[in-house]
Amino acid sequence: MAMEKDKHYLIGVFSDHDDLLHGIEDMRAKGVKIYEVYSPYPVHGLEHALGYKRSWMPRAAFAFGALGTTLAITMQVYMMAIDWPMIIGGKSYLAVPDFVPVSFEMTVLLAAFGMVGTFLVVRDLKPYKVPRIFDIRATDDKHIVAVDLAANSLSEEQITALFKEAHAEEVYRRDFEEDDKSTSFISYAVDLFTNGVTRSSRIPTHR
Amino acid sequence: MQIISEVREPLVTGGKTIKDVTNDIARHVENQPTRLWFICMAISILFLGVGGYFVGDLAWNGIGRWGLNKTVQWAWDITNFVWWVGIGHAGTLISAILLLFRQKWRTSINRAAEAMTIFAVICAAFWPIIHMGRPWVGAYWVLPLPNTFGSLWVNFNSPLLWDVFAISTYFSVSLVFWYVGLIPDFATIRDRATSAASRFFYGILSFGWTGSAKDWMHYEAVSLILAGLSTPLVLSVHTIVSFDFATSVIPGWHTTIFPPYFVAGAIFSGFAMVLTLMLVVRKVYRLENYITIEHIEMMNIIIIVTGSIVGIAYTTEFFIAWYSGVEYEQYAFINRATGPYWWAYWAMMTCNVISPQLFWIKKIRTSIVWTFFLSIVVNIGMWFERFVIIVTSLHRDYLPSSWVYFTPTIHDIMSYLFTFGLFFFLFFLFAKFFPVVNMAEVKAILKDSNSKVYRARRTLVDEPLPQLEEKTTVAAK
Repeated sequence: MAMEKDKHYLIGVFSDHDDLLHGIEDMRAKGVKIYEVYSPYPVHGLEHALGYKRSWMPRAAFAFGALGTTLAITMQVYMMAIDWPMIIGGKSYLAVPDFVPVSFEMTVLLAAFGMVGTFLVVRDLKPYKVPRIFDIRATDDKHIVAVDLAANSLSEEQITALFKEAHAEEVYRRDFEEDDKSTSFISYAVDLFTNGVTRSSRIPTHR
Repeated sequence: MQIISEVREPLVTGGKTIKDVTNDIARHVENQPTRLWFICMAISILFLGVGGYFVGDLAWNGIGRWGLNKTVQWAWDITNFVWWVGIGHAGTLISAILLLFRQKWRTSINRAAEAMTIFAVICAAFWPIIHMGRPWVGAYWVLPLPNTFGSLWVNFNSPLLWDVFAISTYFSVSLVFWYVGLIPDFATIRDRATSAASRFFYGILSFGWTGSAKDWMHYEAVSLILAGLSTPLVLSVHTIVSFDFATSVIPGWHTTIFPPYFVAGAIFSGFAMVLTLMLVVRKVYRLENYITIEHIEMMNIIIIVTGSIVGIAYTTEFFIAWYSGVEYEQYAFINRATGPYWWAYWAMMTCNVISPQLFWIKKIRTSIVWTFFLSIVVNIGMWFERFVIIVTSLHRDYLPSSWVYFTPTIHDIMSYLFTFGLFFFLFFLFAKFFPVVNMAEVKAILKDSNSKVYRARRTLVDEPLPQLEEKTTVAAK
């Protein structure tokens, strides 16, 4: 099932993250739309250079944390003061100071799990994900800039020239067959079951 | 491409490039395990097996096998529990509190320290669970689940229940924090893997990570929030552990100083354990360029600070016992220092208060042999601290006819050995199959203070700053 490779990307390779930041700012100023940048480590200022909005993960953490506090207080008040009120150590049924530690722990628990869960779901990170790897060196020592040619009005030659101007070490073209879409667990498992680990097409392969 | 500041030693020495970092760390995951690893693993499994026999015996015959009696109802079990939980605290301190304080030297040691935290908390959780006598029902009873007694709920006024929530939250949040940090490094190993099997396993572990800028942006926000959540969490955990004692009315336990004193003690013992482990890992994996003498010195400085806090706490306790005018309290403390357990008290004082003061001497705190030796001394001292607090406060209760001297049985000793086996078994597994140093974070600090360089360069219109590119280092000290 040889599919036509109709997704064309121009890849620029950078070693130095300052060159990368300058390069991206300059290229974007000259009208190049950048698909994505892949780095081995977080580069500070890269999200600004790419014009991304600030991460909203803190808000997710706050929402889940507030849910945790609410659940914890409701649970403790219901169990200790409503469902089976008991006098323990001469305290009132609603011994509020005693409810602080558990409320705090549940706030932290839900905030942490909720936020990390949101992060994994939103970024589609999961054990059976088969990522599209533009250049394998992106997890080693190079910063990989991918430009989707279809999304740009500039020609391949013009973008290549701009990459060179931005001190990219290497510029080359990569073509893919299909969109980078999410893998389903079923297709991953079926492929693994029928082809095994060694011949599975769902195991990330290298160039 | 390393920029060397004129006033500070670089955090990673040896002129390492980003590629070197990948090679140096991933190599240990990819290579065959060494013979030393097999020997260490065999010893751990031996401890686990022999200790496991005695633990099985405890589960079968009951915890009457321990040396506990009607006066001393808590002894080694709870001592070991507090000791292991305390050890865990250093990992979170390094990964969370030092992250918030932007202490970049933490990057080389945080992965292993967090792993230590998780394994130490597993060993700690073992004690209350086995102490339940029938852990298969006990583990169910501690949770607020509906039951056939009415429902008779768990008691939210009890610090022991707070501990259930604190320890389980601490364990699971630490695990998540550690795993989130591991994802990019697993992706590095996946992309270097030569066999289909390791591509498959590390592919699963790496969750399909590609290192895209958007992923990193969210990742960094998530790490920062997790650090912000873990910081009060770690302080709350040992505070609540200390509440187990402090909210009681036993002389020697009923003390308001306990929460900060326990937290300082926990960090103190945890750093000692981090040093013990890291010095071995550094040697075996030849990570001298990543875990430098400066790292060791930094950790030793934290040991002096926390050790001194612990020393002040011991003195304050004594003073307050006298100042309170409560004779029971006064007796409890005099009995600690001069009673039948005087040897444990003075072992604690020597190991925890006197020995870390040696680190004031620069030669000692920058010496690997001394650091290794003193880190073990501190761990022994901190075990004695918990033993002294627990056993000496209990063994002479309100009726002199029930005064006893607690002696451990073989079951006490062997179940303690079991947790050592468990801890080192897990740690050696980790050291072989997981990257022991956080590669992504170390790569990020190689070219340090990048945002400053970036801003400076922008204003100078692409004129590289000569003084920052200079490779010469002026010794500041």
